Amino acid sequence: MSDSHYTPKSKVGKWFNDRLPLLTLANHLTDYPTPKNLNYWWTFGGILTFCLITQIVTGLVLAMHYIADTKLAFASVEHIMRDVNYGWLIRYVHANGASMFFLAVYIHIFRSLFYGSYKSPREIIWILGIIIYLLMMAAAFMGYVLPWGQMSYWGATVITNLFSAIPLIGEGITTWLWGGYSVDNPTLTRFYALHYLIPFLILGLVVLHIWALHVPGNNNPVGIEIKKPSNDTVPFHPYIVIKDAFALLLFLIVFAFFVFYTPNILGHADNYIEANPLVTPAHIVPEWYLLPFYAILRSVPDKLMGVIAMFSAILILAALPWLDTSKIRSAVFRPLYKQFYWILVIDVLILGYVGAMPAEGLYLLVARIATAYYFAHFLIILPVLGFTEKTNPIPLSISEPVLAGSAMATRAVNDDKVEINLKSLG
Amino acid sequence: MSDKKPKNRRDFIFTATAAAGAVGVGAAVWPLVDQMNPDASVKALASTEVDISSVKPGQSITVVWRGKPVFIKRRTQEEIDKARAVTLDELKHPEKDEDRVKNPEWLVMLGICTHLGCVPLSDKGEYDGWFCPCHGSHYDTSGRIRKGPAPINMEIPEYVFLNENTIKIG
Repeated sequence: MSDSHYTPKSKVGKWFNDRLPLLTLANHLTDYPTPKNLNYWWTFGGILTFCLITQIVTGLVLAMHYIADTKLAFASVEHIMRDVNYGWLIRYVHANGASMFFLAVYIHIFRSLFYGSYKSPREIIWILGIIIYLLMMAAAFMGYVLPWGQMSYWGATVITNLFSAIPLIGEGITTWLWGGYSVDNPTLTRFYALHYLIPFLILGLVVLHIWALHVPGNNNPVGIEIKKPSNDTVPFHPYIVIKDAFALLLFLIVFAFFVFYTPNILGHADNYIEANPLVTPAHIVPEWYLLPFYAILRSVPDKLMGVIAMFSAILILAALPWLDTSKIRSAVFRPLYKQFYWILVIDVLILGYVGAMPAEGLYLLVARIATAYYFAHFLIILPVLGFTEKTNPIPLSISEPVLAGSAMATRAVNDDKVEINLKSLG
Repeated sequence: MSDKKPKNRRDFIFTATAAAGAVGVGAAVWPLVDQMNPDASVKALASTEVDISSVKPGQSITVVWRGKPVFIKRRTQEEIDKARAVTLDELKHPEKDEDRVKNPEWLVMLGICTHLGCVPLSDKGEYDGWFCPCHGSHYDTSGRIRKGPAPINMEIPEYVFLNENTIKIG
């Protein structure tokens, strides 16, 4: 990268840049060499940035009208929906925006899983991403409590009670989280404060996430290290900017469909009933994006072990760069991993489905098998696969398969080069 | 380093400064942590008196104490017999029915599932006691956990009979 050699053309620019090198930063971001073979699965980073900013902007506006008080919260949300100019639009964008945010983050995470983007030297990017994901879940959970409907109240009760499973200090922690002996006004006000704070923490982590990305540069669908800049790269602007913008437009069509045509389909009707501490809704379900973890929680018959399993299911991802022992990044060249990858995708979808169903009978059995498989994928399959799988030869550069015609043609030529390439990867 | 430097006065000053700093930071952080615990106004609502004169055998009422539901159930003789017929080794959390009530007719307990805090439904479930719809815990007519993920029996709050018709909870 030629950042350090950058000099602004204008005198004023140079004067400013010598004192605060913002123009150098802008130049780095524009010229940032990007692999030229990035596909549309790589556009979700930009889409996620858009989602975060949308949530912050709509959230700021909602905060001007919302009142965090158990007596007024529910009514103030209805006031936003009925009286505030465009309040309905802003609230629906914010509520569905959370779902869109998670949709995009799941695609982004599974993109990493497929192309091995979490592997050396990108472990820190990956771990920062997991922390962002955890904070997103915390923010979404607390945001869901604010309208003070039945699902808000009982969701908050169930989730905060997870901490009571901790031996000895659990009860004390739950009381401390609540600020009382049950979910009540002190709980609502602190959740509101934290719900406002977390997006800015995420914003800070996103800066670190991108910074860490810009050190080794992007992974790519072939998963090989490339020289930067070289004829394997294109500058971020205009090539990637335009591609990201086009993908964002397509994403916005889906977003707008939910907001304008079916704004409540991702929510629960019960949340339009004001919170009542004496009546639990017949069927408590979290928002769709938390369902797989909810299924894991319920599939374990013991309270403490269930909570441990649920948190482990997320935290295990942080150890992924070391659990996956394969030197080859991209699933394109890993025939067996590719199959296990799709089984994992289906497994998570099944967990999501049974998480929405009552925890009994066949659903419970399926949930238990799917939970066991989820952990087996990370703890058994991935470590073993790295040693036993016979991978396909990888090309020496991004340009090679393109210039040599088809990928199959290069494969034969490449066979003897793989050894060298593996060494350079390691 | 192979040869350890002898401890000198500067090391002592470093340690002392760090220790004083840690105590100072701890003292400054504690109020920020403790402010989240129940405040004086929450603690002030610690007891509730309930008139139970209108509850007929077999009926139960739910009252709020410290923001939580408390079930007050006037049990029928059949329900009492059923609760007392159970032997302790059948129970996940062994407790005698006798130890869970002050007057066998009146069962007073926190109406909160010990799994994750939902309110169980009364006269439901496989043991004709309570059933929690959230994650499927079954309780018997003494509020003891019999089946499902809840680890312990529903909690008995502190209460006294002030007279025949009044219970003070808390």
